[in-house]
Amino acid sequence: MNRKLQIFAAFLVVLALLLSACAAPAPPAAEQPAPAAGEEAAAPAAAALPFEGVEVNIITFTGPQIAEPLQRRAPDFQKLTGAKVNVVTVPFSDLYQKVLTDLATGTNSFDGFVFAPQWMVDYIVPGYLEDLTDRVANDEQIQWDDIAPFFRDFSATFNGRIYTIPLDGDFQMVYFRKDVLEAAGLNPPETWEDYLNIAAAVHGQDMNGDGEPDYGSCISKKRGAQAYWMVWSVAAAFLQSQGTSQGSFFDQDTFTPLTNNEAFAKALELYKATTDYGPPDELNLDVGDTRGLFTSGRCALSIDWGDIGTLAIDPETSVVQDKVGAVILPGTPQVLDRATGSLVDCDENTCPYAVNGINHAPFAAFGGWSGAINAAADPKVKDAAYAFFSYMSAPEQSNEDVTIGITGFNPYRTSQFENLELWIKAGMSEQAAKDYLGAIKDSLNSPNMVLDLRIPQNQRYQQVVLDTAIAQYLAGELTLEQTMQKIYDGWEEITNELGREEQRDAYLSTLNVTR
Amino acid sequence: MRDGNSQAQGSIDTGSGPGAQPTRSRVARFNISLEKAAGSLFLWPAVLVVLLLAVFPLILSLYLSLSRLKFVKGGFDIKFIGLANYRKLIAGSEKTHFLGVFSEPSALGWLIMAVAVAIILYALYRYVRGPDASLMGLFWRALSSVIGAGLLWLVVITLSPGGRPGTSVVTLFYVFAGLFIQYVLGLGLALLTTQRLPGRRFFRVVFLLPMMITPVGVAYMFRMLTDTSKGPFNPIWAAIGLTNFSWVNDPWGARLAVLIGDVWQWTPFMFIVLLAALEGQSTEQVEAALVDGANRWQIFRFITFPQILPVSTTVILIRMIEAFKIIDLPNVLTNGGPGTATESLTLHAFIAWRTLDLGGSAAIAYLLLLLVTFIALTYVSYVRRGVGEL
Repeated sequence: MNRKLQIFAAFLVVLALLLSACAAPAPPAAEQPAPAAGEEAAAPAAAALPFEGVEVNIITFTGPQIAEPLQRRAPDFQKLTGAKVNVVTVPFSDLYQKVLTDLATGTNSFDGFVFAPQWMVDYIVPGYLEDLTDRVANDEQIQWDDIAPFFRDFSATFNGRIYTIPLDGDFQMVYFRKDVLEAAGLNPPETWEDYLNIAAAVHGQDMNGDGEPDYGSCISKKRGAQAYWMVWSVAAAFLQSQGTSQGSFFDQDTFTPLTNNEAFAKALELYKATTDYGPPDELNLDVGDTRGLFTSGRCALSIDWGDIGTLAIDPETSVVQDKVGAVILPGTPQVLDRATGSLVDCDENTCPYAVNGINHAPFAAFGGWSGAINAAADPKVKDAAYAFFSYMSAPEQSNEDVTIGITGFNPYRTSQFENLELWIKAGMSEQAAKDYLGAIKDSLNSPNMVLDLRIPQNQRYQQVVLDTAIAQYLAGELTLEQTMQKIYDGWEEITNELGREEQRDAYLSTLNVTR
Repeated sequence: MRDGNSQAQGSIDTGSGPGAQPTRSRVARFNISLEKAAGSLFLWPAVLVVLLLAVFPLILSLYLSLSRLKFVKGGFDIKFIGLANYRKLIAGSEKTHFLGVFSEPSALGWLIMAVAVAIILYALYRYVRGPDASLMGLFWRALSSVIGAGLLWLVVITLSPGGRPGTSVVTLFYVFAGLFIQYVLGLGLALLTTQRLPGRRFFRVVFLLPMMITPVGVAYMFRMLTDTSKGPFNPIWAAIGLTNFSWVNDPWGARLAVLIGDVWQWTPFMFIVLLAALEGQSTEQVEAALVDGANRWQIFRFITFPQILPVSTTVILIRMIEAFKIIDLPNVLTNGGPGTATESLTLHAFIAWRTLDLGGSAAIAYLLLLLVTFIALTYVSYVRRGVGEL
């Protein structure tokens, strides 16, 4: 009897548990109207602030740069508008897919994104990003015309519509230690050969007075980070000489990669040779590490975006204040002849934009961190997210942020290039400010500027195939020929998978943009 | 049973009075069937949970490994592509990454291979001539011999001059080199702490500490320790003239750094289990041996070691399965670099997954599962069973 009853009772308990488990989702559904009612109740009380009670979740990469200004200014924005901005950060190598999977699976946990505008094609085509054209047109605060045309019309725009708000301007440049080069009687590098020779000449000198030998060149070469742009900064001048619309990644007719020829081989050799004059663990250094080395006075040369210029004036971390010069990316007197795949000397036909017989091709790597909005977000949240990006980009905030090294924001507005006062106030000498802004302006105004890749799934071409092959080449796992073949094959594999014609059309449409 | 039935009927009788006869039998029948079903009723929730959490993902990931994830307008699409992901790993663009670069074996490589083949053939010969030989047994032995020899061949041709080990060989290196060092060190430490030395209680606790630390923490610590320019060992590196050297720039230096970190973290596991085994052995045989005049080595070799052998084989098996999954250390310490030199299979799968190649990632994970299962089964059937017969 007892046993039977026990079994029966246990059965009932299990049944009851199962029933209650199945019924569990019901109560929240019933409760759902409650928060809405709460919102309504709260709304009249705070009518003064337009976004009271609105929360905006924004994702970007693990800083401190880029995330820092967003996090620092979020409380001020909340005081002004009532909207609470939460900044979520993930490692850089996870950012692209985190955003894509969140959108594609309909999870929509983020309302705003701060990412590389070159990825936007993968988010815009499926319809995940909010079209911001009308908002921008009706927004006086943002002063859209003050943003330099390249960032306004190329970085922020897709098929004539605006999808992102520029927060940062990106060009890669070469930084050098003025004092070290002067002492050695050397001029800033004009060609990549110069770069290598300078690095070799000063490598091993003590450059910061601590008694230890320092390095000729520090370049971030870490895999799975942001290093794959550095190699293209070196290669670009060898690959593109006929102006921006020629493009540096693919042949315009066949859409085959330009990574298996004499010019790319030469660039790879030069790039690898810089490792001989770098820190011993250069292959494991991220840009944050090379910036730290440069501002602590341990490097004579470096390739970087605009960040070193502003980091170098920070009295707390930098020992190289007023010792830093910047120049447009060095060039080459020999360029690729696309018909034969060989290197040819520069003349007025092969290098129409050459300066002193040297072809420069400044690389607009990355395109500058930009803000975009999730089309699936609540309308009120979208308004708040737009208001936040507009607030961040407005000259009142931006003109201060671009002069602070830790923000990672570099100049992108005409007012920032023209107003030297901003930079002098931030701690740069007049000459340093002129050098720094001059190098960026030279790049921006160059008719042979190199656009970053913006075709569908460009992240796979660059962050997966190119990055891995270059890392293997630098580590000695692949020979020069194997590396070029691997990049070529890897890119062809993706192109064949996605459709050559579609990819070629997308590529050409990005190149034909008028600046 | 009968008692229970009659009691149940009795109680129902009193409750329902006259006319309850049919009900009673129905209830009784229900009770009987309930009792019969009770076992499976209680089992089902657990089975469902296991199915849901273990078997279902296993099947789903098998399907994923045969497909490609594509992002399309408004969502994503999982397209069946057959064995393309596996083909890519074994013969396609990922072959040098997964298996490695092959080269002609060196003289040493040929020698190792010849010895291994000779041992395998001898073992098969002995089995065939033995009393328990069966056709099925021979088949399985021959199959595992071929796969085992194939794996060894892969190791030999990728480690020969001109070759380069892929992630599968690097993982095998982490597992077997790590296991060997961890076992020897763990056993040594366990033997030390069973001696009557001062402070042995203190050291027993200290030796356990590395196991308590999260692997990511260990990886960051080793990243600092291997930094020759700023790390805490900088004065030591400087004294021996290694300031301009980086562990993580040289493929074998980087693999060694990962191996040392792994050994540091997991030796305590071997240590604690072997210590328990050593403490649990009977002292009578040792005392008897002492009386017979055996020396320390003889006591260890013929008494202690055979006694801890069953425990040893178990702990090696557990550690081996665990070691195949190494990811935290290479990921944090070197990011899989330089190049792909320190990537383990799990890190390889993780990187593929991170770049949204879910099919490729699942294919690597499945090949890892096959590898672990094969090695673990071989180990169990040859080594553990052999030990059990001792």
